[in-house]
Amino acid sequence: MDAEAAKLLGAGLAAIGAGMAAIGVGTVFGNFLEGALRNPGAADGQQGRLFIGFAAAELLGLLSFVVAMILIFVA
Amino acid sequence: MTGANANGVAQVAAGGGRIDPMHQFEVQTIWEGFALGGRQIAFTNSAAWMVAATLALIAFMGMGLKGRLVPGRGQVMVEGFVRFIDNMLAANVGPEGRRYVPYVFSLFMFILFANVLGLLPLGVFGVHPFTFTSHFTITGVLAIMSFAIVLVVGFWRHGLHFFSLFVPHGTPVWLLPLIPLIEFVSFMVRPFSLGLRLFVAMTAGHVLLKVLAGFVINAGNAGLVTGLGVGIPSFVLMVGISALELLVAGIQAYVFALLTSLYINDAVNLH
Repeated sequence: MDAEAAKLLGAGLAAIGAGMAAIGVGTVFGNFLEGALRNPGAADGQQGRLFIGFAAAELLGLLSFVVAMILIFVA
Repeated sequence: MTGANANGVAQVAAGGGRIDPMHQFEVQTIWEGFALGGRQIAFTNSAAWMVAATLALIAFMGMGLKGRLVPGRGQVMVEGFVRFIDNMLAANVGPEGRRYVPYVFSLFMFILFANVLGLLPLGVFGVHPFTFTSHFTITGVLAIMSFAIVLVVGFWRHGLHFFSLFVPHGTPVWLLPLIPLIEFVSFMVRPFSLGLRLFVAMTAGHVLLKVLAGFVINAGNAGLVTGLGVGIPSFVLMVGISALELLVAGIQAYVFALLTSLYINDAVNLH
């Protein structure tokens, strides 16, 4: 396979990671909402933890974007 | 990065057109500046937009620092932001967290203004905003500042006892060789993940907006049917993504400040 083609294929495959991170972010917010609807009084106090979980899940998706960018522009 | 390679890939990304979504991240020299230690210290568009963000921030704060008994609109906005950061540090660090409010507040407002300034549609007036938070050199320095504060505060308050951060309470003895190693790696990775998150989130959003804009322009040039069939949906999507990007601009500033306050909490209270 041509090296340039392999790079672009790899960058495309890295998009799977972005999709997986989307599942993760959805899980974080979905579970928060589920808990918040059961106990709305405690929801506001947990928003910090919600965003910590969101940041952790999102970072892994952004890393896959970095992998794609490195494959396209640097490698 | 070779120009030809970047250009070729950009053409693939923009659907065969000549629109380069990476052009917006180019640092251009405005004023040549001076040489210092063999390096050229120039005034670039990045620096210019940093100055613009700082001036906008000063103007915004100026609206709220009059300290009236009955606050006006500006004062309510500024006090709202200050209370937001104050509550965040009080919740995450405790009563001692108030000492770090000035730093975290400056960090949050600077990143927020930078992100939002980069999204402003000033291109209509011929001024193309440069989102300097989409460069790892800038977000990396901000992250290193936060990390340095954590190290200085940690060692200053706890001395060598700060290293107990790497051994959480109740670690089983048989895990002692492993846990400090993992904790150390996760500690040292913090500045990278902090800077990388902001930089990639902003870069990805702006690339996406430019690619969609490329779809709209190329579809419009390709004729009436393509213009209506592809251009209009792309434009509607672009409006939606722009709203999402405004949200991301706020969330990323918030996450940066939140993680900084969490790391400060580690330094102040250990585990």
